[in-house]
This record gives sequence, C-alpha cells and structure tokens, in this order.
Amino acid sequence: MAALAQQSIVEAPQPKTTGYWTGVWRRLRRDPVAIFAGLVILALILMAIFAPYIAPADPYRASSLRRLRPIGTAGYPLGSDELGRDMLSRLIFGARLSLFMGITPVILAFGIGSAIGIFAGYVGGWVNTAIMRTIDVFYAFPSVLLAVALSGALGAGFGNALVSLTVVFVPQIARVAEAVTTQVRSRDYVEAARASGAGGFTIVRVHVLGNVLGPIFVYATSLISVSMILASGLSFLGLGVRPPEPEWGLMLNTLRTAIYVQPWLAALPGVMIFITSIAFNLLADGLRSAMDVKQ
Amino acid sequence: MLAYLARRVAYTVPILFGVALVCFALVHIAPGDPLVSVLPPDASADLQAMLRTLYGFDRSYPEQFGRWLWRAAHGDLGTSIATGRPVTDEVFKAVGYTLRLSILATLIGFFFGSLFGFVAGYYRDSLVDKAASALSVLGVSVPHYWLGMVLVIVFAAILGWLPPTGAGSGNEGFFGSLRFMILPAVTMSVIPMGIVARTVRALVADILAQEFVIGLRAKGLTDWGVFRHVVKNAAPTALAVMGLQLGYLLGGSILIETVFSWPGTGFLLNAAIFQRDLPLLQGTILVLALFFVILNLLVDVVQTALDPRIQRS
Repeated sequence: MAALAQQSIVEAPQPKTTGYWTGVWRRLRRDPVAIFAGLVILALILMAIFAPYIAPADPYRASSLRRLRPIGTAGYPLGSDELGRDMLSRLIFGARLSLFMGITPVILAFGIGSAIGIFAGYVGGWVNTAIMRTIDVFYAFPSVLLAVALSGALGAGFGNALVSLTVVFVPQIARVAEAVTTQVRSRDYVEAARASGAGGFTIVRVHVLGNVLGPIFVYATSLISVSMILASGLSFLGLGVRPPEPEWGLMLNTLRTAIYVQPWLAALPGVMIFITSIAFNLLADGLRSAMDVKQ
Repeated sequence: MLAYLARRVAYTVPILFGVALVCFALVHIAPGDPLVSVLPPDASADLQAMLRTLYGFDRSYPEQFGRWLWRAAHGDLGTSIATGRPVTDEVFKAVGYTLRLSILATLIGFFFGSLFGFVAGYYRDSLVDKAASALSVLGVSVPHYWLGMVLVIVFAAILGWLPPTGAGSGNEGFFGSLRFMILPAVTMSVIPMGIVARTVRALVADILAQEFVIGLRAKGLTDWGVFRHVVKNAAPTALAVMGLQLGYLLGGSILIETVFSWPGTGFLLNAAIFQRDLPLLQGTILVLALFFVILNLLVDVVQTALDPRIQRS
C-alpha cells in the first residue's frame, strides 16, 4: 500500500504550473502604457551607456564665440549653452549622471530599508517599537527638506547628495517592509515552519523573503520618479553634481540666467527630467497592478 | 475622544525630541570644525579658545544638546553667523512669506484637485476620467522647479504679464503683492492638485458604490441631494490630505522659492547652506519640522472630530 502510494506520487504527471513571475510578465505585457514606459526607460539607459557614440560633439568643449545659439542652428541641433557647449551632446551625456543619481539612492535604500524593516517586522516586540519609533522621527521631515538639510550640512557634492537621498528613502522603504513582514509573520505557514523547528534565519530566508520582497520592490520602483526629481533638484540648488559635468538639474540651474535670451533652450534639460520621471511613474503603476500589490 | 487626544499628544512628544536631536546632529555631521565658519582665517589661538567656550563647543555632546534644547524651547535658536541677528527673528520673518505662499498654493490645489477628482469619480472610465488621471500623473511627475521656470518664461519673459521673481517691495497694496504670488503659488499647487485629485477620485468612486447611495436614490433624492451626501462622506479624508499637503509644501518649498527668489524659508535655507551659516540652517529646519509635526497632529485631531466613525485604537 505504502509502496503503491509512493509510486503514484512519483509517476503523477507534473502539472504544468506557471511561476509567479511568468504571470506578472504576462499581465505586464498586456499593459501598453507600462510597456511604452519601460521602452522609454530602456532607451534612456542605452543613451546613457552609449553616450560617446551617439553624441555629435564633445559635451565639455566650450566656445566663447558660439554661446546661446538657438535650437536648430547648423552644427548645434539643439542650440548651445551659456558657455557655447553643444546642448544635444550635453543632454545625452547628462543621462549618465542624472539616471545614476536618481536610481542609486533607491537601490541602496531598498537594500538597507528592507533589511531594517524585515528585521523589525520579524522580531517584533520592543525591538520593533524602538526601530519604528526612530523611523517615525524621519517622517517628521518632508522629503525635500530632509534631503536639502542633510546635503546642506554635509556640503555640496555628488557623494553627499547620494548619501542624503539614501537616508531620505530608507525610512520610507523600512516602513513598508515592516508592515508586510508583520502580516506575513502571523501566517499559518510561518507558524508551521516554527513548530517544525526551523530557525529564525531559515524562516526569514525561505518563508518571509519571497513573500515580502515583491511589495517592497513595487514600492521602491514608485520612489525612483521622486528620487529623479529630488536628485536633479539638489543639483539645481548647487548641492549635487558640480560644474562642468553634464547633469540635467545642474544644466537647468546654469541656464536660468539665459531665459530672456533663449527661453526654450533653457527649459530643455527639464524636459528630460520630466520624461524620465513620467516613465518611471507609469512603469511603477503598471508593475503594481501586474504584481497585484494593493496600496 | 479626550483619551485619544491625550494619547496622540503623548505620542508626539518623543517625535519632537527626535526631531530636535536630528537638527542638533546636523551641525555635527557637517565636516570640519563648526567654529571655522565664524572665525576669521587669521584668528589667534586665544580668540579661538574664547569663541569655543562662548559657543559651548568645548562641552560634551549631551551637555551641548541639553543647553541647545533648553534655549530652543525658550525661543532662542542662536545667532546667525552671516548677519549677526537672532536666528529666531530671521526664521519667523521668512516663515510668514512661506506660509502665505503655501496656503494659497494649497487652496488652489485643493479646489482644482477636488473638482477634477469629483468629475473623474462620478464619470468613471469616461474621457474626463482618463484626462483627469493623466493630469494627476503629470502633476506628480513634473519637476516643479522646472515648471516654475517654464511659467516664468511664458508669463514673464515672453508675455510680460507678471513679475518673474521676488515678493515686491511691500508698497503695492494687496492686489499688487498678489501679482508676485501668482506664478510661484500656481507652480506649487501642481503637487497637491495631483494628489488631491487622485484621492478624491478614489473616494467618490468608493462612496458611489456603497449601498446607502442606492438607498438615497431609491427614496427619491435628486442628484444634487445625493451629491451632498457624497461630499459629506468624502470631506474628512480629502481635508486631511489637504492638511498634510500644506505641511509638505511648507517644508518642500525650497526649490520653488529659489526659482522665484521668494524671500521665504526655502530662500533662507539656501542662503544658510551657501554661507555655511550652520545655526541658521539648524534653526530653519527645526522650525519647519515643528510646523510639520504639529500640522500632522492637528490634521489627525480635526479628522477624528469631523468623522465620528473613526474609532482610533
């Protein structure tokens, strides 16, 4: 009898199950807006990687004779900036720093914030209370204010801006991570694993992580758009990337003086930030419904 | 209600303490000796030691924090290094400007946001709904400092209708000074507009799907009568969102104030950062964070008072 039962298990035809991610991808594929947004982001990333091959000119080469040429000038398809550098090339090269500065803090905060939140949620008790009350303190500062305060105190610069933005996003991600972990922790399968003698680390690795990382990931993607705007904003204030590096926020800042001479030229870098931010927002929305995460 | 109020206030106290600690720490995470920014480069060792004692930098951190907190609680946030005036005076002068701008922006944002939200929620999946949803995605995605620049380009540089920057000299009268506020307030209103529209749309759709609305229609209430019920049910949450948005704008106005050279707290912060005026930076951030915490508290309390269904645990 036992042998028979065992045999039937072995020989049972494997039901063709499609994984969770296959389902997500199938739903995402049917969402034309999200696909379009994803393609825009892919194009921007490729533009950043292959900038030296795409850009028609050297983004650093200044020319005091050809300053602030209008859009459509021969040799300067999108005009030239206040130092006579080719706008198109600077916008293309700008994707490198702007994307890097927008995306990196979210990735770092995703790692740090998830770790803190999952730990707090899984351990529970007074440890949870201590961690979450500390995180509440950071919620007392609006994101922009916290980012400006930190990078203002640390001093202007690329690295400090990245650190400040990461600090801004860690509490937000940790709070979401804590909330989902606390939910998962009380599920029956975690109870069962604990009853069967699994250690805390194993339970987190096997039973918790797989169930909480999805929602945290979706939340983190929705932060990239905010991060792009904040990162460029810091450079716009002069707190991020330093001249002469091409970065969209910084370019907006240096072109502010030119709005009476070449108004539309001065607005161009902002268009790039806007496009990137919309694309990330729409992709995050699509991911949220494809992964069926309730907000 | 009273018990809830007491709990909510008690919960705010440790937050305020934490906020003060973060603001205090800001000066100490700053690289270099905080004294350097006040000292002339050729200061003698004696002068250095004297100033160090005067500012209290020779004491231990907990002692410094205690003294700073005690003075801050009594309204003394120190002296601005750049201007030599008390930080409290500087900050409160600027807060007035920022409040004016933020309140106007919140009102504009709330009015249009609820309008779009209501229409979109009532006519779900219609063209209006899709347009409103698209607008609210644009509203939360736009880099608002750039939008400010574009508005200056259009309405000041090209059309010449409105002043591009500043808050006026103060002698223009009410409407004259309002002209200076239009562009920055409209720019600022875009963020709360998108968020309020999104919230109200979801609220209205939710309420309309509830059974009591069918009941109201069945008993013969006119559309207008039903609408009044919907408004009453949506109002507490919508107002709470508005209150929170006002808080975000108060603290988040730095970029917009910089674009428009609006003499508020954002502008002050910008100056403090670039002159390495750490007491001013610290004081401004502390005051803004306090406003934000207290506003959150007020929003919670008002919401509970408005909506007796909310039984907070």
